[in-house]
Amino acid sequence: MNFLWAVFKGIFSVTFIQKAITQGIPLLYGATGEILTEKSGNLNLGTPGIMYMGAIGGLTGAFIYEKGTENPIGGIGILFAVIFSLLFALAGALIYSVLVITLRANQNVTGLALTTFGVGLGNFLGGSFSKILGTAGQITVYTTGQAFRTKIPFLSDHLGIVGQIFFTYGFMTYLAIVIALLAAWFLGKTRSGLNLRAVGENPAAADAASINVTKYKYLATCIGGMISGLGGLYFVMEYLGGTWQNNGFGDRGWLAVALVIFALWKPARAIWGSILFGGLYILFAYVPLSSSMQEIFKMLPYIVTILVLVISSLKKKKEDQPPASLGLPYFREDR
Amino acid sequence: MSEYAIELKGISKYFGVRAANEDVDLNVKKGEILALLGENGSGKTTLMNILSGIYYPDAGHIYVDGQEVNIASPKDAYHLGIGMIHQHFKLVDIFTAAENIILGLEDGQRVINMKDVNAEIHKLMDRYGFDLDLGKKVYDMSVSEKQTVEIIKMLFRGAQVLILDEPTAVLTPQETDHLFEVLRNMKADGKGIIIITHKLHEVLAISDRVSILRKGHYIGTVNTAEATETGLTEMMVGEKVVLDIDRTDPVDPKKCLEIRNLTCLNQYGVKALDDVSFTAMSGEILGIAGIAGSGQKELLEAIAGLQAGTGSILFTDPETGDTEELLGKDPLKIKQMGVSLAFVPEDRLGMGLVGNMGMPGNMMIRSYRNGRGRLLEQAPPRNLSEDIKDRLEVVTPGINYPVRRLSGGNVQKVLVGREIALAPKLLLTAYAVRGLDINTSYTIYNLLNEQKQKGVAVIFVGEDLDVLLELCDRILVLCQGRVSGIVDARTAKKEEIGLLMTRHGAEPALEAQAGQETGKEVQDA
Amino acid sequence: MHSREKEPFVRIKRRDNIPLMQCIFIWAAAIALSLVVCALFIFAVTHSNPGAVYRSLVDGAIGTGRRTWNTVRDTSILLATALAITPAFKMRFWNIGAEGQILVGGIATAAVMRYWGGNVPTFVLFAAMVIVSILAGLIWGLIPAFFKAHWNTNETLFTLMMNYIAIQLTAFFSIVWEAKKGSGTIGTINQKTQAGWISTSFLPDVFGKFNYSINVIIVLAITIFMYIYLKYTKHGYEISVVGQSENTARYAGIHVKTVILRTMALSGAICGFTGFLLVSGSSHTISTSTAGGRGFTAITVSWLSKFNPFVMILISFFLVFMGNGSTQIASEFQLNESASEVITGIILFFILGSEFFINYKLVFRKGGKEETA
Repeated sequence: MNFLWAVFKGIFSVTFIQKAITQGIPLLYGATGEILTEKSGNLNLGTPGIMYMGAIGGLTGAFIYEKGTENPIGGIGILFAVIFSLLFALAGALIYSVLVITLRANQNVTGLALTTFGVGLGNFLGGSFSKILGTAGQITVYTTGQAFRTKIPFLSDHLGIVGQIFFTYGFMTYLAIVIALLAAWFLGKTRSGLNLRAVGENPAAADAASINVTKYKYLATCIGGMISGLGGLYFVMEYLGGTWQNNGFGDRGWLAVALVIFALWKPARAIWGSILFGGLYILFAYVPLSSSMQEIFKMLPYIVTILVLVISSLKKKKEDQPPASLGLPYFREDR
Repeated sequence: MSEYAIELKGISKYFGVRAANEDVDLNVKKGEILALLGENGSGKTTLMNILSGIYYPDAGHIYVDGQEVNIASPKDAYHLGIGMIHQHFKLVDIFTAAENIILGLEDGQRVINMKDVNAEIHKLMDRYGFDLDLGKKVYDMSVSEKQTVEIIKMLFRGAQVLILDEPTAVLTPQETDHLFEVLRNMKADGKGIIIITHKLHEVLAISDRVSILRKGHYIGTVNTAEATETGLTEMMVGEKVVLDIDRTDPVDPKKCLEIRNLTCLNQYGVKALDDVSFTAMSGEILGIAGIAGSGQKELLEAIAGLQAGTGSILFTDPETGDTEELLGKDPLKIKQMGVSLAFVPEDRLGMGLVGNMGMPGNMMIRSYRNGRGRLLEQAPPRNLSEDIKDRLEVVTPGINYPVRRLSGGNVQKVLVGREIALAPKLLLTAYAVRGLDINTSYTIYNLLNEQKQKGVAVIFVGEDLDVLLELCDRILVLCQGRVSGIVDARTAKKEEIGLLMTRHGAEPALEAQAGQETGKEVQDA
Repeated sequence: MHSREKEPFVRIKRRDNIPLMQCIFIWAAAIALSLVVCALFIFAVTHSNPGAVYRSLVDGAIGTGRRTWNTVRDTSILLATALAITPAFKMRFWNIGAEGQILVGGIATAAVMRYWGGNVPTFVLFAAMVIVSILAGLIWGLIPAFFKAHWNTNETLFTLMMNYIAIQLTAFFSIVWEAKKGSGTIGTINQKTQAGWISTSFLPDVFGKFNYSINVIIVLAITIFMYIYLKYTKHGYEISVVGQSENTARYAGIHVKTVILRTMALSGAICGFTGFLLVSGSSHTISTSTAGGRGFTAITVSWLSKFNPFVMILISFFLVFMGNGSTQIASEFQLNESASEVITGIILFFILGSEFFINYKLVFRKGGKEETA
């Protein structure tokens, strides 16, 4: 009973909820981007790599800016970071798109190669920056990092517990939710969203309905990749405060891929799913266990994902299945 | 403004070295229904796919309304007002009818307003007399409903030219009549319509002119008013061919397969077969007729051990008299029980063969378990491949050439050759001549007759009533999963079978009973 | 408005077949291009002459006897992993869980080494290590296969998740068995007695002090076995049919579920055995990075070789050569060792892209006539 009480007290604390949200946001970015990508029929297993690329891209941008001026301004640092992060992630998504869409390479193999590349590039640049740019020490962008961490004034400290739970985060937290809601609206309510879903379900039907399948696949994969990349940016800026840790982002990219399944390809579902995953990710620290048993506890998010995977495959509801053409190439003249 | 909605000149298209179309000319006027006639594999569908942007021609010119155009994608076709209704509908399963209809539309409305969309579609539907629930998901629809969605989709985006690829193949006569009515309305509206078919009576009933293709070549165009069935057939097949299939009387028929009260559910949990009972005899060909999707697939698969169900499927060895229950056994179990059963499924490359393998690999599908130990036998499948290649004149660069690259007729020869090599007691075939040219079809008929004379019980699921009437001894008619009758193929009239195929809602028990009786009569004779 | 001018400049056609020489040429061109891009990358970060850098790359991979043996050792492990996942791939079962299956095999091996090392005869020790490592990998592979076979649960994502469960399991044992309290690492197991180490000390000196000839021989044996298994056995045939079309498999009376389970059991078992080779035959310890991403790289090796075990030897060697070589570059220029992953990634992109030119040909528009390339 004591054990359960300790766990209970832990997870109903404000800090736990705050931390769950903090852990969940990168997953939400990753998952929203991957949902858009998968809706076009591309299973991009390169997403973890793209998230690393987005992370190191953001750092690079902010680093270039902060090293280039005497008194860096946080707002401009944010601008640099976001633009570079988007560009790096776009580069990763473009590599995948060209190989998979234009050159018809296998999606799984290409995605995994991209993850190898992206994670490697992140760690390589993160670890070698000082050497490459000829400056000393660890790469940090303090000013920009702090700017990313700026909380919402007034609301965060005047609303008591509500303010603490809802308003103590940097702007990227809210941006993640806005993007997820926008994605849900786009997929559900717009013509282009309908067309995109058709591309992922039945590219031949979409093609016959004069939808440019290639264009939709490219756009969805590239925009999806950029959204995923922002998850990496959030991590190095708001979470780490503007610095790099080798492999610090860890396996969160794969958790984002898992979250897509958990959310059944619905961005709005991914919002609360991400917070749940974030909570599971840190739950071990709130359980009074030996350090070795904590490692066992860290399996939880993966086990939950497997359970969702198994349950949704048992239920066989048509609307809850992956896009029908997921993982398959489309070539109009194929016969 | 040109008199012609569309003109094609000198169109050629090659797949590998095979010419699907070679130097084809074709035109359709505005306010006209043109029938495009040709056997299966004559290149009709390929030609129309070129017109709708699915394939790109290797040579030739296309004119729309007198202007030379270039159709590189379905999008181009769409902008030119060309709409194609494919045989395999291009619909998104998990979308509603309305969602499918507005798919890909570029009318400046970025956000979907379903109310407006529905109102607009309803306006169009009223004009032509369509009836459709716009909120229904495609996966819940019947074939006819799906076709209606496709046609509305094309009209909704302002198609001036409509191409229909064998639209009646999957429809009941009533549905066909309704479709023709709609087509006449569209014609009156000034639209150019091309209807691909190989059913002569439909050609004569609906079209203004007929263009004929044979083996990828353009043969000619005639005015329907001046055309006759024999004349068209001659143009279509090249030489005067009487559908004259040898048919011998069954010798010493014995009960081989007895099916009692068989009921099966299809993959969607709907009853595909409902209380089916009949008997198949050794030494006879039992034809199975019915509109596509009436339960033919499930019936054969249930006998072959690939489909679960309730009731009973009893196989009796005509020589030994041993009887075995097949229902609930899988194909391996059936084989191990010593039941010699061969099955030529409808989906040749998707079920009967492995497309990426050569002939020996495909021979092994039936024989790979032979031989002792864990290693495969290498020589027997190779020898059998060579044998089939020579005997059935399979055209292939070599027996190791992947079968998926062979033409449809050669694929079927490989499949039928292998199944017959099993020396079966019971031979099941589904649409054995679909897509084959006349010569290959006759090769298949002869092979089936040979089997019949050897005392094999042959079950022949077919779609062409003329063939069924000339090849089979008895014909069982399925309608919506029920046996609506069993007739003697030597005396039955085509109209009689047509009626049985569409007898929806008739007293099923009585019908099945009647079928049983007919079966018994032949048995007693 | 619409005219001949709009004919697409280039169209894509599927090739019917391609001469071997042309195929080799395309591959060579892809590898050459990738090396050029890698050179540009290296130059951008080191500002040194790419020629010199490539010399140090070769030096890093095969410069000394020890380095050569390391390259050979890593090749054999990568090859073993690729061989392990190949039967599953051929069945179109995307086993991307090799990483986890290797780790559980390694944990099992390490457990036997720790608890039995020195207490039982060498023969028994090795037999136990081999058996438990195989069993562990087999079980790890069977779990997703079971759900795939029965409910068609997506195996790509399932096996992926199993990797991280295995990594956490490794982290758990790293603490349970930690060498020094709080270090979280196991350290070399049986450092003094070398019990349970694959030893090559009985071999003549010509192989050098550090050699992995036993690993190599074992992996070559697996290669030959896999070649025969896939091509000449009834099991191999069933795998091909299930991979090509499940409907055909059912038609042929093949029990698809059984084949999925059996094949994944084999795949997992070889992965587990690879874990044994890693722990007993080279690293003599285990950590969360013991598998080191090989499970993922092996997927590319298996795919690119079109499931031919002998081609896998070449591809594994090439990738390890480049990877080990670039690690050397990284240390020489004080760069992060992740450089090798970047280089591996670039090379993979080019080879993957080159597949297109092997499978398809481009038809260019040119003055009404068509030229192919």
